[in-house]
Amino acid sequence: MDFSKYGIKKEEFAAAEAALGREPNECELRILGVMWSEHCSYKSTKHLLKHFPTRGPKVVLGPGENAGIVDLGDGLGAAFKAESHNHPSAVAPYQGAATGVGGIIRDILALGARPVASMDGLFFGDPEHPRTGHLSAGIVKGVGDYGNAVGVPTIGGKTAYDPCYNENPLLNAFCIGLVELDMIVSSQTARPGQLVVLLGSKTGRDGIAGAAFASVELSEDAKESRPSIQIGDPFAEKMLIEACLELKEKNLIVSMQDMGAAGITSSSSEVAAKSGVGMKLHFDRVPLRAADMEPWEIALSESQERMLLIVEPGNMDEVSSVARKWELDCAVIGETEEGDDYSIFFHGEKVASLPATLIGDGCPPIHWPAEKPADFETRWDFDLDGLPVPGDWNTALLTLLGNPSMAPKHWIFEQYDSMVQLNTVMGPGHPVSVLRIKGRESLIALVLDADPWKCGLDPFGGGAETVARTVRTLSVAGAESLGLTDCLNFPSPEVPGQYWALEECIRGMAAACEALCCPVVSGNVSLYNETKSGAILPTPVVGTVGLIPSSGDFLPSGAWEEGDVLFLVGPCNPSLAGSGYIRSLGLPLRGRPLVFSGEAERDFSERAVRTARKKAARSGRALTGGGLAAALAKDAAESGSGARIALGVPTRKDVVLFGEGGARALYSVPMSRVPLFKTIWSGYPCLELGRAGGDILSVEGAFSLEVSRLREIWRNR
Amino acid sequence: MLRHVHIFVQLKDGVLDIQGKAVANSLVSLGHGSLGSAKVGKYIQLWIDADSPADARKEAEKMCDDLLVNPIIEQYRIEVEGE
Amino acid sequence: MKTAVVIFPGSNCDRDVIHSVRDTLGCEVESVWHREERLPEETDLVILPGGFSYGDYLRSGAMAARSPVMGAVKEHAGRGGLLLGICNGFQILTESRLLPGVLLPNKTLSFICRPCFLSVENTETPFTGLFRKGQVVQFPIAHGDGLFFLPADELDDLENRGGAVFRYVSPRGDSGDEWNPNGSVNNIAGIVNPRGNILGLMPHPERAGEAILGGEDGRLFWRSVASFLEKGGRRHGLQ
Repeated sequence: MDFSKYGIKKEEFAAAEAALGREPNECELRILGVMWSEHCSYKSTKHLLKHFPTRGPKVVLGPGENAGIVDLGDGLGAAFKAESHNHPSAVAPYQGAATGVGGIIRDILALGARPVASMDGLFFGDPEHPRTGHLSAGIVKGVGDYGNAVGVPTIGGKTAYDPCYNENPLLNAFCIGLVELDMIVSSQTARPGQLVVLLGSKTGRDGIAGAAFASVELSEDAKESRPSIQIGDPFAEKMLIEACLELKEKNLIVSMQDMGAAGITSSSSEVAAKSGVGMKLHFDRVPLRAADMEPWEIALSESQERMLLIVEPGNMDEVSSVARKWELDCAVIGETEEGDDYSIFFHGEKVASLPATLIGDGCPPIHWPAEKPADFETRWDFDLDGLPVPGDWNTALLTLLGNPSMAPKHWIFEQYDSMVQLNTVMGPGHPVSVLRIKGRESLIALVLDADPWKCGLDPFGGGAETVARTVRTLSVAGAESLGLTDCLNFPSPEVPGQYWALEECIRGMAAACEALCCPVVSGNVSLYNETKSGAILPTPVVGTVGLIPSSGDFLPSGAWEEGDVLFLVGPCNPSLAGSGYIRSLGLPLRGRPLVFSGEAERDFSERAVRTARKKAARSGRALTGGGLAAALAKDAAESGSGARIALGVPTRKDVVLFGEGGARALYSVPMSRVPLFKTIWSGYPCLELGRAGGDILSVEGAFSLEVSRLREIWRNR
Repeated sequence: MLRHVHIFVQLKDGVLDIQGKAVANSLVSLGHGSLGSAKVGKYIQLWIDADSPADARKEAEKMCDDLLVNPIIEQYRIEVEGE
Repeated sequence: MKTAVVIFPGSNCDRDVIHSVRDTLGCEVESVWHREERLPEETDLVILPGGFSYGDYLRSGAMAARSPVMGAVKEHAGRGGLLLGICNGFQILTESRLLPGVLLPNKTLSFICRPCFLSVENTETPFTGLFRKGQVVQFPIAHGDGLFFLPADELDDLENRGGAVFRYVSPRGDSGDEWNPNGSVNNIAGIVNPRGNILGLMPHPERAGEAILGGEDGRLFWRSVASFLEKGGRRHGLQ
């Protein structure tokens, strides 16, 4: 039998045959072909993901569920996750992005949580590349149109540009929802004798085998795959959200599962496997949109805006009436039973029969060979002495700030409704996004970040830096980090150097998670992000959620006032390796980023949180892309105040100002609070930079710019 | 019998067609110097159960007046197959 | 004060409006599903909230304007009852012909969400009685189809009778293209009908109801309505 045409490898066929005691039939092979694809089964990465710490005192639900849940206190939990939709966005940017947003919202909904906010990670190619304009405009519009219509505010995100994404843009969609901890809907609570119900839009041929499509590199004839693209209907999704939450409130559902990749099959088999029940499904009862669909097409359709419900027979009438109210199709398509058998019937004939656990978990893992590239350490050679210090500092800084990855993103986030639901305290365009919780004092702080350039130069260090950066930002704002979600965007695992980098990034991220007591509660992996023109840089994206006890404990950025003392906490000799400054000079990616120190990160975070809680500063900003120079410029623009800075250190000024990495922050401290501030930071590198005030931001021996000029860049009115 | 009806909805002359303008600009910058102007409208297809094409047209007109067309800013043209 | 918020399939600012009115005035707000053919007894103010009713498909507000509940809404307004349309609600009011004009796609052809400054031009309406004439307030906008359009002669009529209630301005109250986010004619952000009981506006007063969310100017909006009713303004829309 030619199983390879279904995307199945020899070892996988053998494993299926062994488990079944016979050869799988065509329908079963098609199902396994999709369910055992990389995108669905994580066969290349499952064992690597075990490196991540996933438990902690605030973790209510860890990885393996629709999303992770952390404890916000007083019986309330935050469910959150990020997911990638890269391959579809490369072929059909608008719909790929829209359905990416729709999918992650349903993952949150499946836990019974009301989605309250989204963030997006966008990675585009060189702005000069012919495809970038079309791809970026389409992706942004797709994210906006879907999120806006569905009524979930998009409150932040991360956008970066690099030629490695020219043909392979990345779209990572993050969503967070709130749920009472005693009302979480689980996928493990199905019991025999219950009904399997499909709620939502009719099933058509959209995106069939889309999951398999995401598991191979993008070829030239990816355009031919257009029928594989799913179309999103945010109006239907809004109805679905309200209907599902109403069903939950009325206690009418036992279990709920989102239909994403591999639609009916993955959602139903997952519930069966996790709950330890068998299932009989009757595909002729599925409401169809296209005529003459074959069972395998129905099984694998990725038609959007559908949820799978498990319902007690006695509740079915009420469920149907809720569905009717929200104008959604609702059909009983099967029943649960004792055992492990998952069978599909079509007009009375059994067309497939597999153990439920085989479908989701039976795929043999793949340990690709991993090999550190031979030239790896030569990448770390960086001739600092050969790099001249800027001749014209002002131009150097403005060029850096004008770099597409650094430049303001108003054109993006003004297309997103960031205010619906009335919870947004701090929206896009700020280092941290902040939500209030109605009826409570505490605030939720969120940040999404990535640094592919550091990961390219040093996967372990870059992975750690990515995680650490999010925690630093939250800590400076006064938030205690509760947990994080990750999207691992990587090229093909079949290239030994790339598989090595994947494992190293994961190990680095895990090291930072351990050091900072910030576990991974959910995540997503997207491999095979490469085309004939090349592979993407290793791009782990991290979304971290924190809790601020009250609005008084929140420390904003950009709040300098005349007379405040400006401090830099953290090492003064960071690295230019992989920095925005070096990229803005058009120089190649070289050098060794700052080495990760778990101890220093932990120390920094504790002091930063204390600084916020004790109000020892008026304004604080963790250093990220663009280093100290970018932080000074952004704070000056937002505050409307200049500053006179003198760097009293022997290190080269460009290294001090533009270097990146490490636990560092810029603080603005009122004179009266300086002794308290110094006490908190005693024992940690702490450099007094100068005073805030006046109309000019000047650093002695370096740049000197009018604040009005900087405000023009960030459109501060 | 189900009759196939085509409805073409356009903005009235005099109403600023910003989509048409944007599309025209894009086409010109893509090198289509021959383009004078563009208007962007909507194309709706209906399958209406009617005894004759004329009846189908009458039904379609009612549907346009009821919902499909906003007479403040839009005008429309109907084509019925078999007329 | 009895307030009812209509919920259409796809409305997404209904809960926000309910929260804002309740938070400002301490009174309860009922919600009415679009299929209902009656409003709650003795309703003083009916609100059509923002969102994407029917996905904005065909034309924004077009299908919602033909919902079963609109019969009761029109009757309420016909008796002089207070009717407010916010954003998508304003679109529904123009589609229903309860207010003149039409909301077209923004001049930028993109959705815009940001804080917006408005000058309150007409303080004689039940919705604006507590503002000062010419006062500049901040209500955020979030819309893709917010360009208010009226043919020239109808526009003159509207202006002459003081029908333009809110206009887009600079923080200091100056007019200018750069302060008009969507290209609305005469920088009009909100209008009222000749009788003064039906108001439609694109910006969201319910999003300007708490300092922690960025501003409190919206509170005066709800308090104006409450004050109007308290002073013996038409209750339940009876003459």
